[in-house]
Amino acid sequence: MTLTGLFFYLFSAVLVASGLMVIAARQPVHSVLFLILGFVNAAGLFMLLGAEFLALILVVVYVGAVAVLFLFVVMMLDIDFAELRQGFLNYLPVGALVGVVILVELLVVVGGRAIAPEVVESVPVPIPDHDDVSNTEAIGQLLYTRYLFYFQAAGLILLVAMVGAIVLTLRHKEGVKRQSAAVQIARNPATAIEVRKVEPGKGLS
Amino acid sequence: MNQILPPTSDELLAILPELILAGGILVAMVLGVFLRRPIALVNGLSWLLLTAAAVAVLTIPLSGPVFHGALVLDPFARFMKVAVLIGSAVALAMAWSHGRQQRTQQFEFPVLILTATLGMMVMISAHDLIALYIGLELQSLSLYVLAAFNRDSVKSTEAGIKYFILGALSSGMLLYGISMVYGFTGQTSFPAVAEAVAGDASIGLIFGLVFLLIGLAFKIAAVPFHMWTPDVYQGAPTPVTAFFAAAPKLAAMALFVRVVTEPFGSVTADWQQIVTFIAIGSMVLGAFAAIGQTNIKRLMAYSSIGHVGFALVGLAAGTEEGVQGVLVYLVIYLAMTLGVFACILAMRKPDGMVEDIGSLAGISRTNPVMAFILAMLLFSLAGIPPLAGFFAKFYVFRAAIEADLFVLAVIGVLASVVGAFYYLRIIKLMYFDEPAGGFEPMPGTLRLVLGASGAFTIAFILFAGPVGELASTAAGGFF
Repeated sequence: MTLTGLFFYLFSAVLVASGLMVIAARQPVHSVLFLILGFVNAAGLFMLLGAEFLALILVVVYVGAVAVLFLFVVMMLDIDFAELRQGFLNYLPVGALVGVVILVELLVVVGGRAIAPEVVESVPVPIPDHDDVSNTEAIGQLLYTRYLFYFQAAGLILLVAMVGAIVLTLRHKEGVKRQSAAVQIARNPATAIEVRKVEPGKGLS
Repeated sequence: MNQILPPTSDELLAILPELILAGGILVAMVLGVFLRRPIALVNGLSWLLLTAAAVAVLTIPLSGPVFHGALVLDPFARFMKVAVLIGSAVALAMAWSHGRQQRTQQFEFPVLILTATLGMMVMISAHDLIALYIGLELQSLSLYVLAAFNRDSVKSTEAGIKYFILGALSSGMLLYGISMVYGFTGQTSFPAVAEAVAGDASIGLIFGLVFLLIGLAFKIAAVPFHMWTPDVYQGAPTPVTAFFAAAPKLAAMALFVRVVTEPFGSVTADWQQIVTFIAIGSMVLGAFAAIGQTNIKRLMAYSSIGHVGFALVGLAAGTEEGVQGVLVYLVIYLAMTLGVFACILAMRKPDGMVEDIGSLAGISRTNPVMAFILAMLLFSLAGIPPLAGFFAKFYVFRAAIEADLFVLAVIGVLASVVGAFYYLRIIKLMYFDEPAGGFEPMPGTLRLVLGASGAFTIAFILFAGPVGELASTAAGGFF
């Protein structure tokens, strides 16, 4: 128990510190790196809660894909972040207000169990006991049985999003060299190599 | 935790039409990518799929909630699904015949029509708030892309962006409503929500209902959430506009009807005033704002806003007759609007398409058949007996009067008189003004659609009885 507590405070402290550094770092690349640190520590917190599926998804999706994408964007776009940040502190009062509101709302949500204990009972699908079934297995069993239809339909929505992006943006340019595996494989010495006789001292024109 | 249960064959049978469409979409996309000139094949395949889905809807047995309460196939769903499939199939056929050189002749166009239709089928069958949202989003996302399909045209791009942003906003409202309903009931399935509403409809739950209705009012383009309609109708490629006016409107109305009658059936008084308000707003705005329009597509947009208002009059009654009236109204509106858009798609001069109302001047002399049928359709849209549009209005107003909503009915009749002005103005242009040069001959498919639509409108009096019966059976499940 002490060990869990120790790790909880370790992960939380690093998470909060790296969160601060995300907005405080001068270099945008450093910000993104701190963001990654934050994700990993949040994953650690999930792990402590027994939500190992969420923890690993956080690492795989957010660290592995989203943050790397951010890094690419930051490196490839030529944005003067110092200029963007000017007047940053002007927004502090508004930002602080929003932060306080969110804090209060979070407290209400988390404290909901205390205010209305019967809500916990009325969920359509109760959370199974930790000891019976692992987190990942429980999600999988719900997702592929009870919510099978929604899962498939959501997949179709993503398909439409992909088709839509292609329809609206892809342009087939003329005269662009494309890779054609069949042509490349079909090459043989007769078609690929040309033997020329080079006379000494002349070179090829 | 129980072990994994695969869906039973009964469940799969109940969603057979959706499975046909979903499978067909994947096949059509593979064909589209790998064939050199896929458009004719993909178009034909899409058309076949829509027909097959309609046949499947008619032949499979009705079933209660399947997939743990996600979907239901009741008489209402069957009625609306067939109407939506017919609307999509006709719109697709019209788009295909519209022009071989248009950008709509890419194979993605029929595929996106299919995905939108699939989303509509899920919407119509939705028996759970999650299914409602997923169906709506599948449909909307396809429609956003379709609106912007002509990406080299500034207007089309603008239509797509406007539709997307306002649509995303309305989806946000809808989700907010759903989250409140879920928060106050702890349930997402319609019967469970209905039970919670019947027990004790707290103020939070009513708030959720209001936001839910706002989101849905956006999708059916009812006042005051109609702002996107004229721009999107005008900017989108004309075949897409024809599709917009037909199938998605029906599906969104079906969803609206189901949401207010199924989960919120026991708080009729609460939603009745909202529906009454948006019905009055839509009828009045549709009637007055259309008067100044010179672009026929914009005019049809305002006309569609007005017609949604009339259909909502039936819903505001909150009775079985009212819902029956809504269904009859929607079917008649579908037939009329497809016919009018067949004419709009045929407004082609030698140097390209025109959308100006003035170019219809004097077509009674150059294109007499088209002028006659269009005049009949416009008379019908205005609600002049004995055409179909009159019966549509008759059903909804009768339901409103039987529910003692006299003010609503009187305002509706007045709005329909005002609305008649701009329909009659077009007829006057066609018959009494000097010809402004005729149009090129109509392609065969458009002729067929126009003829069928005209015949339906003129001869509706002959089969008003059976259509009313069908609608009555469909509406019966709710009460």
